[in-house]
Amino acid sequence: MTSIVKPRIDKHLRRNQLGLTVRDYEGVMSTLCAGCGHDSVTAAFVQAFHEMNLEPHRAAKVSGIGCSSKTTAYFLGQSSGINSVHGRMPSVATGAAAVNPDLYYIGVSGDGDSLSIGIGQFAHAIRRNLNMLYCIENNGVYGLTKGQFSASADIGTKAKYGEVNEQPPIDPVLLALSLGATFVARGFSGDKKQLVPLMKAALAHKGFALIDIVSPCVTFNDHKGSTKSYAHTYEYYHPVIHADFVPEEAEITAEYQDGGAITVPMHHGGNVTLRKLGRDYDPRDRDQAFHLLRTREGSEVLTGLLYIDETKPDMGDMNRLPDEPLNVMDYAKLCPGSAKLAEVMKGYS
Amino acid sequence: MNAVTGTSARTRVNDFVIKIANVNGTGSASANGLLMKAIFRMGIPVVGKNLFPSNIQGLPTWYEIRVTGDGWTGRSGEVDIMVAMNLESYARDLKDVSPGGVLIYDSTWPRPSLLSRDDVTVLGIPLARMCNENFANARTRVLMKNMAYVGVVAALTGVDMAVIQTLVEEMFGAKPKLIPPNMQAVEMGYNYAKEHFTQPLAFKLEALDKTSDCIMIDGNTAAALGCVYAGASFGAWYPITPSTSLMDGFKSFCEQLRVDPETGKNNYCIIQAEDELSAIGMVIGASWNGARAFTPTSGPGISLMSEFIGFAYYSEVPAVLFDVQRVGPSTGMPTRTQQGDILLAAYASHGDTKHIVLFPANPKECFDFAVESFDLAERFQTPVFVLSDLDIGMNDWMTPKLEWDDSRRPDRGKVYHAADLEKIEKFYRYLDVDGDGIPYRTIPGEHPKGAYFTRGSGHTKYGGYTEDSAAYQDVLDRILQKWKNAATKVPGPEIVRCGKPTRIAILTVGGCDGAAKEAIARLNAEDDLDIDYLRVRAFPFHPEIENFIANYDTVFVLEQNRDAQLRTLLVTETTARKDQLVSILDYAGMPANPHLIVDRVREHIASQG
Repeated sequence: MTSIVKPRIDKHLRRNQLGLTVRDYEGVMSTLCAGCGHDSVTAAFVQAFHEMNLEPHRAAKVSGIGCSSKTTAYFLGQSSGINSVHGRMPSVATGAAAVNPDLYYIGVSGDGDSLSIGIGQFAHAIRRNLNMLYCIENNGVYGLTKGQFSASADIGTKAKYGEVNEQPPIDPVLLALSLGATFVARGFSGDKKQLVPLMKAALAHKGFALIDIVSPCVTFNDHKGSTKSYAHTYEYYHPVIHADFVPEEAEITAEYQDGGAITVPMHHGGNVTLRKLGRDYDPRDRDQAFHLLRTREGSEVLTGLLYIDETKPDMGDMNRLPDEPLNVMDYAKLCPGSAKLAEVMKGYS
Repeated sequence: MNAVTGTSARTRVNDFVIKIANVNGTGSASANGLLMKAIFRMGIPVVGKNLFPSNIQGLPTWYEIRVTGDGWTGRSGEVDIMVAMNLESYARDLKDVSPGGVLIYDSTWPRPSLLSRDDVTVLGIPLARMCNENFANARTRVLMKNMAYVGVVAALTGVDMAVIQTLVEEMFGAKPKLIPPNMQAVEMGYNYAKEHFTQPLAFKLEALDKTSDCIMIDGNTAAALGCVYAGASFGAWYPITPSTSLMDGFKSFCEQLRVDPETGKNNYCIIQAEDELSAIGMVIGASWNGARAFTPTSGPGISLMSEFIGFAYYSEVPAVLFDVQRVGPSTGMPTRTQQGDILLAAYASHGDTKHIVLFPANPKECFDFAVESFDLAERFQTPVFVLSDLDIGMNDWMTPKLEWDDSRRPDRGKVYHAADLEKIEKFYRYLDVDGDGIPYRTIPGEHPKGAYFTRGSGHTKYGGYTEDSAAYQDVLDRILQKWKNAATKVPGPEIVRCGKPTRIAILTVGGCDGAAKEAIARLNAEDDLDIDYLRVRAFPFHPEIENFIANYDTVFVLEQNRDAQLRTLLVTETTARKDQLVSILDYAGMPANPHLIVDRVREHIASQG
């Protein structure tokens, strides 16, 4: 990780409603390997935030440890970030979101961070329906420690030096569905056209939004025999649902209506439209989502917004949190004063 | 009528110990609390210790009430009146009675074995029989037996029945139907004792006026109130004995004091985490975002939190951790008390880490230090530990009424808000702008200029990632300087001088306070020894501590752990010489009592010839 800031040449770039270009949403230079899938995800974050006309300092980026977790430094340089300890990002996000629900919480994790060391926290953040966008940059391998299998490695997949994995993988999408996640998607770092709208929909979602992103590791898991390589993913890549985020002010175009699109009004404004690609499938139905995933053919990588429920209370609702964020609440509202204390003391005398 | 023997000794007024042996889960805690509170309401100082098992129902439990007109605050270690309600522990309970004492038992069933000591007065009352005759269902009978022995003790020692009546009315305020049967049970025991035991006991209560400015409260409840008054708005926790009642207390005070009357919304957030790792992670997240946040736990929780504690230390995120210590190592004895986490807290986490640790000695200090801990955590941007223990945290202590100064404002430390950021050219999170080792922080999302990246990996003073030796050391050294500067900002020691020239002192920490002071008084009265006293109240050590130690040939270091952890810390962090510091270690799991201290001091002095 470096702190090198990229030179600003942005005169030719498109400006959004805030008059900002994508450059305003970038961070420091990436130090990941050339061709790393994670850098494409970083670029997708930049684009999604820019296109949604969000102020670049209104996000809080949270991460754990690993290649993926480093990337929070590479986008939204005007937003604060906290690169915490391995597998524990969800707890940091929970505390942060509890005291200031007004920021966009963006968690970036990896398959090691979320599915091994941090699977407990991942599960409990879902249970709480923590209002955040949680991305797993999933490459089936530990990169920083040079190529060990992760818990998402498929049976039969081959490591760089020939070892074959025999343990069944943990699928974060199935796990999240079974735990009651309210927004479950899968993407691919190689398909930004699908990923950016997914991110926008996730940012508009109220509650826990998971995007499991297949994001190949070019150094340790991009060889023949790996089921998380670029080649393998392209071969079996199968978008089943296309999601688009349509801002409040924009009209839902006929194109969607004609294709039998489903429109989901989002709690924070705007709509998400869902277009079926091939199979007959309603992502608002959890049973159908399970069925779809369990009946996939062979190595098929089913992507898109697989499940959405915009009606569930989030952590803030369940804890009856006030509209005014706790982190800026005036001390006078928090300290009950001496007279109240004297009253409380009566119960102990 | 039973003959009452052993009453010929001098009558002891307001100076004796009542111990009640019972079975866990029989509802005895409220009866015992009632008895103690009644004595307290008579204006007589009391010390209460609940000795309970790690169990829900069925194992032996004891409750000790020390009546101490002189106002001692420690356990005495004696048993003058034993109420032996537990068949299983009879033999041991009889053995524990001090010579000249009294044993009260349920004579519904004959217990000839209880008469094996002729230096103890044994009084049998058919408690179960009376309760069976007067109350209908089984559970009520069990509960009322407890109220009945309260009546017996009241009659024998002179507890004011009007006070008991008032307390029972307060106890069952929400369920007034329960007042008459409970009073009936108390009176049953009271009347039986009055009728059958006509000779007075050697132990008597006489009303005083020494408690009117005081309350009876446990340290966890007081600490919870401290968190409310400090303005803490976020708490995360994982249930663990003996800290659980701290968060229970915070929750109930918040429900009472922090719910917006107009919206019904909570001006606080409590999250029960999935484990302690998560609890501290949440606290760090909330604190990073600018709220005052805390977690209550015990030793095993601190072990689990260690990685995050180092993260907060190095990335300079404030956090408040209450460690209500219990007996370790490992699961240890979860319902017994110890001071075994002193070193753990002082240096928690891997790498070079040193923390601010506060050591309250009683519930009043739990309240005060809770408030103080948030100021220190934010002032120094670092985790702060409040190291209490089971004895302080879970037992009801007589303590001065808690008070609040409405002019007090929280010290939020150095924060650049939006207006400040507008004025400066560029913000760097870890830059020592003022030369005091403390950089400025910002509230995430408040202003684009205030954005920074928080990381547990090597960073420069500008906040960027680094693997450069000098840049890394620069930050690490500044953090140490910050900790050193805290030494004069944390609560200083309590020092009590005997007023005569002496070369001996006792130094201790936390809940050993009362026992140590009583031991000093006894050694003065009985052995003509003059001893000075110091109680450590915080780490890093205030300079006064080092200066104090330098004045003595022998400083007895009294603490409740096997490995002399406080002494180790003093040897490491002050100029004290090893040979000056003589350990007195009381780590059996019980609240400290003066006997052991007196014995050890005598032994040491004898060994020195």
